[in-house]
Amino acid sequence: MTVVLVDYGSGNLRSLRAAMERAGSDVTVADDPATVASAKRLMVPGQGAAGPTMATLRRTGLERAIRSAVADGAYLLGVCVGLQLLFDASAEDDTPCLGFLPGRVERLDGAARLPHMGWNDVEPVGPPHPLAAGLPACAYFAHSYAVTDAGPAAVAETEVDGVRFTSMVAAGRVAGAQFHPERSAGAGLEMLRGFLQWSDAA
Amino acid sequence: MKGVNFVNLRDCGDPVSAAVRYAEQGADEICWLNITADDESWRDLLAQVERAAVEVDVPVTVGGGVKEERHVRDLLAAGADKVSINSAALRDPGLVDECAAAHGSQCIVVAIDAKRGGEGWRAHVAGGRVATEVDAVAWAGEAVARGAGELLVTSMDTDGTKQGYALDLLGAILDTVTVPVIASGGAAGPEHVADALAAGCSAALAASIFHDGTYTVEEVKDACRSRGLPMR
Repeated sequence: MTVVLVDYGSGNLRSLRAAMERAGSDVTVADDPATVASAKRLMVPGQGAAGPTMATLRRTGLERAIRSAVADGAYLLGVCVGLQLLFDASAEDDTPCLGFLPGRVERLDGAARLPHMGWNDVEPVGPPHPLAAGLPACAYFAHSYAVTDAGPAAVAETEVDGVRFTSMVAAGRVAGAQFHPERSAGAGLEMLRGFLQWSDAA
Repeated sequence: MKGVNFVNLRDCGDPVSAAVRYAEQGADEICWLNITADDESWRDLLAQVERAAVEVDVPVTVGGGVKEERHVRDLLAAGADKVSINSAALRDPGLVDECAAAHGSQCIVVAIDAKRGGEGWRAHVAGGRVATEVDAVAWAGEAVARGAGELLVTSMDTDGTKQGYALDLLGAILDTVTVPVIASGGAAGPEHVADALAAGCSAALAASIFHDGTYTVEEVKDACRSRGLPMR
């Protein structure tokens, strides 16, 4: 099982790659559109802000490559900002995003302290999903923006200071996790294994 | 969830295996501070940070002696999840803006060493040894305004005293900023950690109580759970 980890210069991929290998995957780190476009299973990581991230994906041709892979049936997992980019738009930098999932990313203004940084509970919602097999669990978050209502795409939710947001999403073969699975110890590893085993051809 | 962090890998022999050990014991994050290295050992240091990125599966913050944006960049590129800057930021506050803009606030921790002086507390530099005229609480507000995503606050009054964290200092800073605040300096045991978390800190950092084998991470977390604090 090979996963293509999209490298668009978003930040360090070392720990994410190591976690994927621990989960049992071969990993190809790719910054070229051709490799990304032909991937059957890919991950879009991300740290930092939505605006510059989308601009970079566009400029490098990687946005088109990701769309092409998804159109050809690839399984996609967006992590952290990578989850946010799956939606229509983000209030952060007023950024149009990939639009694979309907909804808008907003600042988590109800939280007492931002960034929402630290461990928090991830609770499954909706019908059981392979990615949620290890839930409920505690995972590590570091973000100030989130989707608060992903509708039927919501697979898991998390609460901070009384505000519930979507911490995992999946619709078709497109999925996302708002937390850092590579920094979430056993719970994160479990989720990554779930991504590797995820197949809708059951 | 509140966090219990282990600090000071520097004194641990092999810092990477120490980090792995504490992570396995349930430490929520690892802070590797006082990494100050001369140019010769900078490469060795980065190699160790790279190993930690691969072998540790909880967040790792690295800092202490970070002087320039390129140090921050190199540490993040090596795999540190967050980089802590202290004296360099106090001397040149623009460094906070520069690093936050380049790398994102969520990976920039500003560490503040504070000691009672004047009307409140004064920020210190050089490992907390040298006093400045800068008001520590005001500096905390400024650091966050410039982009710090988290503050690591060490009281020079309580550090090493085993009397508990400086809850007055922490309270003043918690009232001033809306980013997570990590308490540091003074913990003798689980109750002190629980006190800091109950007072509103997002995490508490301890070193010697774990390093000396006096308490385990689990014992500290159990004490916090008994106080009704949400713990992983």
